[in-house]
Amino acid sequence: MTKGNRSSVFKKKTTPYLYLLPTIILMLILLIIPIIMVVRYSFYDNVIINKNPVFVGLENFKKIITDSTFLAAIKNTFIFVSVSVVAHLIIGICFAMLLNTRYLGNKTKGIFRVIYVLPWMFTASVIAILWKMMLNPNGIVNYLLQFFNLTSQNIEWLGSRKFALLAVTFINIWSGYPFYMISVLAGLQGISTDLYEASSLDGANAVQTFFRITIPQLKPILISLIMLDFVWTIQQFALIWMTTGGGPINATETLSTYIYKQGFSKYQYSMASASAVIVLIICTIIAIFYVRHQKARD
Amino acid sequence: MIGKKKWYVKVLIIIALLVGAFYAAFPILWMFLNSFKPNSEIFAWPPTWISERFSFDAYKAIFQSPDQIRFFINSYVIAGTVVVFTLVIGILAAYAFSRFDFPGKSIINTLIVSVQAVPPITLLIPYLSLIVTLKLYNTYWALILTYMLFTLPYAILMTTGYFNTLPKDLDEAVMIDGGSRFKALWRILVPTAIPGLVSVGMYTFMQAWNEYLFALALTKTNNMRTVPVGINLLMGQHAYEWNQMMAMSVLGSLPVLILFLFFQRYFIAGMTAGSVKN
Repeated sequence: MTKGNRSSVFKKKTTPYLYLLPTIILMLILLIIPIIMVVRYSFYDNVIINKNPVFVGLENFKKIITDSTFLAAIKNTFIFVSVSVVAHLIIGICFAMLLNTRYLGNKTKGIFRVIYVLPWMFTASVIAILWKMMLNPNGIVNYLLQFFNLTSQNIEWLGSRKFALLAVTFINIWSGYPFYMISVLAGLQGISTDLYEASSLDGANAVQTFFRITIPQLKPILISLIMLDFVWTIQQFALIWMTTGGGPINATETLSTYIYKQGFSKYQYSMASASAVIVLIICTIIAIFYVRHQKARD
Repeated sequence: MIGKKKWYVKVLIIIALLVGAFYAAFPILWMFLNSFKPNSEIFAWPPTWISERFSFDAYKAIFQSPDQIRFFINSYVIAGTVVVFTLVIGILAAYAFSRFDFPGKSIINTLIVSVQAVPPITLLIPYLSLIVTLKLYNTYWALILTYMLFTLPYAILMTTGYFNTLPKDLDEAVMIDGGSRFKALWRILVPTAIPGLVSVGMYTFMQAWNEYLFALALTKTNNMRTVPVGINLLMGQHAYEWNQMMAMSVLGSLPVLILFLFFQRYFIAGMTAGSVKN
């Protein structure tokens, strides 16, 4: 083998890595190293503030698990995430099926599709301020509820312990359903019409068709959506932070607001890191299932 | 046979669609309406829909405030830079994935897919420490760099998909004519994939324009704040000038909204890319 040949083989082998180099460097600096850092921080005392932090083992985790605020955050996150995911799923499927109807023309459906996607276009701070205004005791939501005789008093939606978690969950549902709707709609359009024809020849009614054809056909998409949504909702920070800030008295404290407060209000970076590691572990487990699921579909 | 049944089903569907449209769009309509009201009318009971004192005063107040204008400039600079870098790096990576087989391909691909599942909040503390160490705290670069981790995976996956639909003959033709692979990529593949790249670019812009957490945590002074943080700052500063907050929200949402209305097909293709496969 001549020298020139060998170098051209070498070049051929390294070419793809050259194209990938910027990506690999970025992933290394912005993903791998930070994950190693956060895991390491979680085992040390007073990182960032203290120049020479001390290794404390699982001490931070023990402190967190016995912290009543953290336990409240776990409970609230669980309610927030599970209610959001289920509601997203139901609203997403309903709206997608409405938009996929045979009874209306494509133009009409197109207009409604644009309207229905709108909430997805707004950034969390706009959504937070808008709903803060609407859910104000003197706001439009209370007015409409009283107009339709659904309540007789001005409810403090975001300011009372009783309603705050419900209210932020409701806001999150509004802001997140379009993603499901659009994905389900794409899925619905991919279902072969033969299946529906066969089903109607068999005399199946609409409900039977929905559960025997539509849902099984959508299942792979729905599973992906649920897993992605789970990860996105568990980390929802901006909406909660700007509407209630986790209050009143921890009523809407979730894992993400808890982490932020530990880090940026209390400067307990080790505690923040330890709770971040817990969130990371939960999300990693979901991610493993997600990646497996995606690969199985390929 | 179906004809008789049809009309009331149609009416029911239209009613359901209108109820859904009310749920989806009423809050947005309310935001627009309130941005034209004087602040004292925001919580009027019963509410006023279109104020008798309809005015653009809230918008004027935003445009006359150098701070608010700065938020917009910052957001445009940051989101624009993120789009350019994401596209260039994403195109290079996508080319490797689309045209080569190499050891480690599947591992790197899995890594890129899994970034979607990494919660940004878990990276916040190490990012703060990294950004401070690199002396980038409270700069544009702090945000541009950190946003790229979350925009790049999507860009790579989408662009790889587009490149895969383009025949390999295209680049081979260039190479037979004596051109390099690099030339084939930029002269042939990229121009052919422009519609797909537009969609990737817009989605990237939207992600960067809307980001809040890092913008809040990695910048400190008003001259580095972005629109989402700026909107929230109005809450404290001006003792609840709701009409101005609504005007700022409208202005802050317009870039993404306009992109969406003009290119909605691309947007929707982008939204489904994560969960739907053909």
